[in-house]
Amino acid sequence: MNSQLPNSFRSGPDDRGHFGIFGGRFVAETLMPLILDLEQAYADAKADPAFQREMNGYLKDYVGRPSPLYYAERLTQHLGGAKIYFKREELNHTGSHKVNNVLGQIMVARRMGKKRIIAETGAGQHGVATATLCARFGLECIVFMGAVDVERQQPNVIRMEMLGATVVPVQVGARTLKDAMNEAMRDWVTNVADTFYCIGTVAGPHPYPMMVRDFQSIIGVETKAQMQEVEGRLPDSLVACIGGGSNAMGLFHPFLDDPSVEIFGVEAAGHGLTQLHAASIAGGRAGVLHGNRTYLLMDRDGQIEEGHSISAGLDYPGIGPEHAWLHEMKRVQYLSATDDEALEAFKLLSKLEGIIPALEPAHAIAKVMELAPARPADHLMVVNLSGRGDKDIPQVAEILRKGKG
Amino acid sequence: MTTRIDTRFKALEAEGRAALVTFLMAGDPDLKTSLDIITALPAAGADIIEIGMPFTDPMADGPAIQAAGIRALKAGTTLHKTLDMVAAFRNGDATTPIVLMGYYNPIFIYGVDQFLIDAKQAGVDGLIIVDLPPEEDSELCIPAMRAGLNFIRLATPTTDDKRLPAVLANTSGFVYYVSITGITGSASAKSSDVGAAVARIRRHTKLPVCVGFGIRTPEAARDIARHASGAVVGSALVDALKASLDADGRATPKTVSAVADLVAALAQGVRGAKQAAE
Repeated sequence: MNSQLPNSFRSGPDDRGHFGIFGGRFVAETLMPLILDLEQAYADAKADPAFQREMNGYLKDYVGRPSPLYYAERLTQHLGGAKIYFKREELNHTGSHKVNNVLGQIMVARRMGKKRIIAETGAGQHGVATATLCARFGLECIVFMGAVDVERQQPNVIRMEMLGATVVPVQVGARTLKDAMNEAMRDWVTNVADTFYCIGTVAGPHPYPMMVRDFQSIIGVETKAQMQEVEGRLPDSLVACIGGGSNAMGLFHPFLDDPSVEIFGVEAAGHGLTQLHAASIAGGRAGVLHGNRTYLLMDRDGQIEEGHSISAGLDYPGIGPEHAWLHEMKRVQYLSATDDEALEAFKLLSKLEGIIPALEPAHAIAKVMELAPARPADHLMVVNLSGRGDKDIPQVAEILRKGKG
Repeated sequence: MTTRIDTRFKALEAEGRAALVTFLMAGDPDLKTSLDIITALPAAGADIIEIGMPFTDPMADGPAIQAAGIRALKAGTTLHKTLDMVAAFRNGDATTPIVLMGYYNPIFIYGVDQFLIDAKQAGVDGLIIVDLPPEEDSELCIPAMRAGLNFIRLATPTTDDKRLPAVLANTSGFVYYVSITGITGSASAKSSDVGAAVARIRRHTKLPVCVGFGIRTPEAARDIARHASGAVVGSALVDALKASLDADGRATPKTVSAVADLVAALAQGVRGAKQAAE
């Protein structure tokens, strides 16, 4: 398959939701009619200029877009190499890129007449974004969150509850993001008639990977225009962290057919790739879970293994199917950063740039610390700063305190 | 192609009664006890045996069957061992149909072609794969039909008349009507709703229509058996099995009989039903 390169890396998925062998619609029959309805509703919305106009209005005045493209001067000087820019998604309302997708899906849900919104969340960023938009539009919101994540992301749990959402701690399995997604799907199967499942990443059954990518692509579209404005040309490289991969896909997708742009995705290597980690491309293989075929962490019998990462948002044993395909096509290079490397990057960025990043993009910064020094000063590197670190402060403080003791 | 499933439904039709279809998880609570249980099922009154293939992420299952899967995996159950268990059962029973039920990933990882060869060889008659809708028929459904295995499809309350033909197109053996929108072991449907739904499906197919989800008692099984070609009972059996285990989740001398006794009572219920006129 690798010998036959497609004419475009941006034409997928096909009408059955496949990116090469990845993607698809591996769901229970109960959900299938609903997924076909959603596909139709999204196609109609996409073709409706009024939908686009309304969404652009909210993106500007409610989310606060466009997000800035910021030249990270001190980090650039410190690393001594490529000129580093941050795409400041952490400045969006709710503090991460997640809101771009949630706004789009909630508007589709409204068109479909759905009054009850469910979501899964890991770090809580997607849950907070969903709770926020549900508050804004007067919709019932139920967020499934692994009990372990409820514990380590308390600030976001409190935020969701203040916004009027019900947070359901999931007590099965490893009690993290994978289990939250299982419970969300069980709720969806039970409440099909009135419920819209707002998936937080570029995964799940078709049309979710495509739809979420489309809503997140505004990140890359803006970056392209902003870079043109300040530097008069395309960037030379893009770097983003990957759990399911929505912030990365949003940045990458508009650049996939620009061959001069090097693209790097950064998975969570946890304690290291030979130990507990959440790097499904580096340490997994193709399998079927949560409605799609993609790279997954599993044992030799096809039983899914738990991811592990310091970052609750990357703690998932799979990755969006389009990333799996871009990996096989060798269009994007997938790297990984360990918990310790991410912590170092977290500390460095806080002190050098006065920006406390979320632990998720700290993984991307960790790889920038390796990639940038090896590149010349006229190399333009864009990192997606996908979320802010407020939610991580108690957890990081605890880790640093223990490290000192 | 005639499978043991087809033969069994023909015989039941001649008897004028519905089938009792039982579900238990392979390897729950351990492989030996699990084999002893399924071996005891035909004499207790099970007409068709469904065996769950345990999976870490059973997205359509409620707490009872989730826990059964966890017990089975802890006991070292794999798809290979599940097929070995079917082969061992088949040594002593040449006629009772065996249907494997579960999720696609363990089969995909086993390798579809090899799995179908090994399953046929072991004496498996049909497959129910929850996360393979007709949209993904090329994955396993079509190859299974070619290999001589029935691919049994789930139809649900959300499967409307427009969609039913697509769902039924490549279905064989029987149709499994999921009587509620929900996960296994949750609510029960009203008998009258089930009757209407079965009649609706029968307007589209001559295949037997079995009904499952939420059937827990002999009375409920009898109600369903009046309308349908078969009643499927799963979570209630899994619960009875679990209640017989010791504090550490191990089998006790009561485990096999706890399941067999409930199956016998359910079989009484099914056999006591008068089939509603069509």
